[in-house]
Amino acid sequence: MVNIKFNGKECAVAEGLTIVEAARENGVNIPTLCWLKDMNEIGACRICVVEMDGARSLVASCVYKLSKFDEGKNILTQSPTVLESRKTTLQLMLSDHNRKCLSCVMSGGCELQTLCREAGVDDENRFEGETKDCDTDNSAAHMYRDNSKCINCRRCVAACEHQRVGVIGANERGFRTEITCAFDMPLAETACVSCGQCINVCPTGALSEKDDTGKVWEALNDPEKVVVVQTAPAVRAALGEAFGLPVGTCVEGKMATALRKLGFDAVFDTNFGADLTIMEESNELIGRIKNNGVLPMITSCSPGWIRYCEAYYPELLPNLSSCKSPQQMNGAITKTYWAEKMNVDPAKIVSVSVMPCTAKKFEISRRNQSGQGTYPDLDISITTRELARMIDKARIRFADLPDGGFDSPLGNGSGAAVIFGATGGVMEAALRTAVWKLTGEDADSPIEFKEVRGVKGVKTAACKANGVEINVAVASGLDNARTLIEKVKSGEIKAHFIEIMACPGGCVNGGGQIRVPSQIRNFTDIRAERAGVLYRLDENNKVARKSHESPDIKQVYGEFLSEPGSHKAHELLHTSYKASNLRK
Amino acid sequence: MAFKKCAVPFAGTAEQERALFAVINEHKSISGALMPVLQGAQEIYGYLPIEVQTVIAEEMGVPLEKVYGIATFYSQFSLNPKGKYKISVCMGTACYVRGAGEVLKKLQENLGIEPGGITPDGKFSLEDCRCIGACGLAPVIMINDDVYGRLTGKEIGDILAKY
Repeated sequence: MVNIKFNGKECAVAEGLTIVEAARENGVNIPTLCWLKDMNEIGACRICVVEMDGARSLVASCVYKLSKFDEGKNILTQSPTVLESRKTTLQLMLSDHNRKCLSCVMSGGCELQTLCREAGVDDENRFEGETKDCDTDNSAAHMYRDNSKCINCRRCVAACEHQRVGVIGANERGFRTEITCAFDMPLAETACVSCGQCINVCPTGALSEKDDTGKVWEALNDPEKVVVVQTAPAVRAALGEAFGLPVGTCVEGKMATALRKLGFDAVFDTNFGADLTIMEESNELIGRIKNNGVLPMITSCSPGWIRYCEAYYPELLPNLSSCKSPQQMNGAITKTYWAEKMNVDPAKIVSVSVMPCTAKKFEISRRNQSGQGTYPDLDISITTRELARMIDKARIRFADLPDGGFDSPLGNGSGAAVIFGATGGVMEAALRTAVWKLTGEDADSPIEFKEVRGVKGVKTAACKANGVEINVAVASGLDNARTLIEKVKSGEIKAHFIEIMACPGGCVNGGGQIRVPSQIRNFTDIRAERAGVLYRLDENNKVARKSHESPDIKQVYGEFLSEPGSHKAHELLHTSYKASNLRK
Repeated sequence: MAFKKCAVPFAGTAEQERALFAVINEHKSISGALMPVLQGAQEIYGYLPIEVQTVIAEEMGVPLEKVYGIATFYSQFSLNPKGKYKISVCMGTACYVRGAGEVLKKLQENLGIEPGGITPDGKFSLEDCRCIGACGLAPVIMINDDVYGRLTGKEIGDILAKY
């Protein structure tokens, strides 16, 4: 322990802790901007500066680790020098910043804006000088970049490198520095996987998802259209954050009510699609194990992972499950089974999904996802953030809404389905059904497989059912995915079935989720908090905790698909992949 | 974003490629060895086009962006080759105060390229440089070994026409 003082108040802190963390533990909040714990620790922005005994100049508290040499030192976090320095730094940033804040997508949620307010920046024009002529990049299906709002904090670069994708970086130097792709090529021409992790960590409006809410409003206002919506498991675990509810609040019921208030004709749940995925995927897995098929089989729910596999590991394409993602399965059933049942012309259906994911915007445009080649499975995919924006626009008082429910069938999911949103969830859900099948459809087959839960990057487990051994492995975040794949290739890890999610922690931390300011993100494990919501929903599901037990699933197979792997199921619910040679 | 691909087609030889791979193999196992590899490549090709940077990225196991970030950070690296006629505009103090900026602007307009660039036919390349020791003639430019001084910018068209 080191004895130090914060603003004269004595405290003992653990050696090796940064000043900003030590301060936080002792109730002192130092503002930060470029700092992302364990990800971007570069001390570049100078917002977190403090005065410290013995230091020649102001110290960047996010990178300064306290040691025994700091014994007895006093650290000033709000002295006039510190406050003036922070204010000047912010004003220098503003001198070359596009200050169209009123029309900015991040207005109200911008970290730069918040810091300016807190620091009492009273003159944004204090430093007038040259301004950079910045580029925008609109090329990708899922996002846009507006560098006029970029402050070069490099958080997006760190997020991209953390995913071991690394297609963006700081190019040129000094005043000309800009975050772009190599040779300033459009993002769409690079092997960007559309995961959106860069957007999640951007403190300003420089990065944002492509806003597709306009298309949704248009459809909702068109009396000719039947507009249906489905929501992914992870959305209900984060949407409330946009309306001031704490991280880890379940808003499943309020969300359903809000969707009806927005005017959707039918409110479905992607959980139904997730159950379908499990039915098809567990069937495929058992088939591959019994018939010496290509193993390990790897999940295909995460479109970011699919893009990564197609670009970085094309040799593994035969290992990918042929199952479409739950979003696409739900969509395919909507425009066939449901349309027929409700006597609706599928051409009039506008199928919308709300996803925690930016890569889903790309996924709906994949040609091989268009069921039957007649209608696309999905028409519009919006993120959790965009749904929050629609709710705001409609002036719905979200926090006060009563709980509502989904439409059935296509609207009810099992407990197995809702945990899809957390890393390990698909694996656990698949095991619930696969083991049940392998044990001769024993109703008392195990439900929980806790070894695959948790935010650890790579997890392995083994289970035995009726003499058949299934070794499984789970990875979330593409750096962990790469580690796992290399270990499988070298034979260090042997697995029959692998779950990979592109985003660290799984969909709960997807690139389309509500942005969490670094001041919260750095001190809360949002992945675990949001995953907790899903596991509680699973535990409390009184109807079904295994996919095959879901009444909606039984109905749709009974009336339409007949059985997993049937001809119809293959036609509608399965897909194929293609290697890509985009620039890495 | 506009793709900043070199205007002149890449014409690397097999011999250059062998030399490049030799440099890469020498440094492959050393972590953080991108700098010496880029220096070697710049020496071999005279510049670092996307074709060369792509090979370096693949062989060194890093994203292309990482290579490009370094190549654009240090002024010792160039993304374009030198033209048949290399135009250097002196931006040293004396030339600068006597209007070198205007001269450079006129050259950019005439050639349609930025400093560091090359015309698509490979004829002219343009760069700014520091003092060439002809301050008495400021502002001054050099085209290969020819020196032109006391320029205002208006003469640029006539000068370029000579080449």
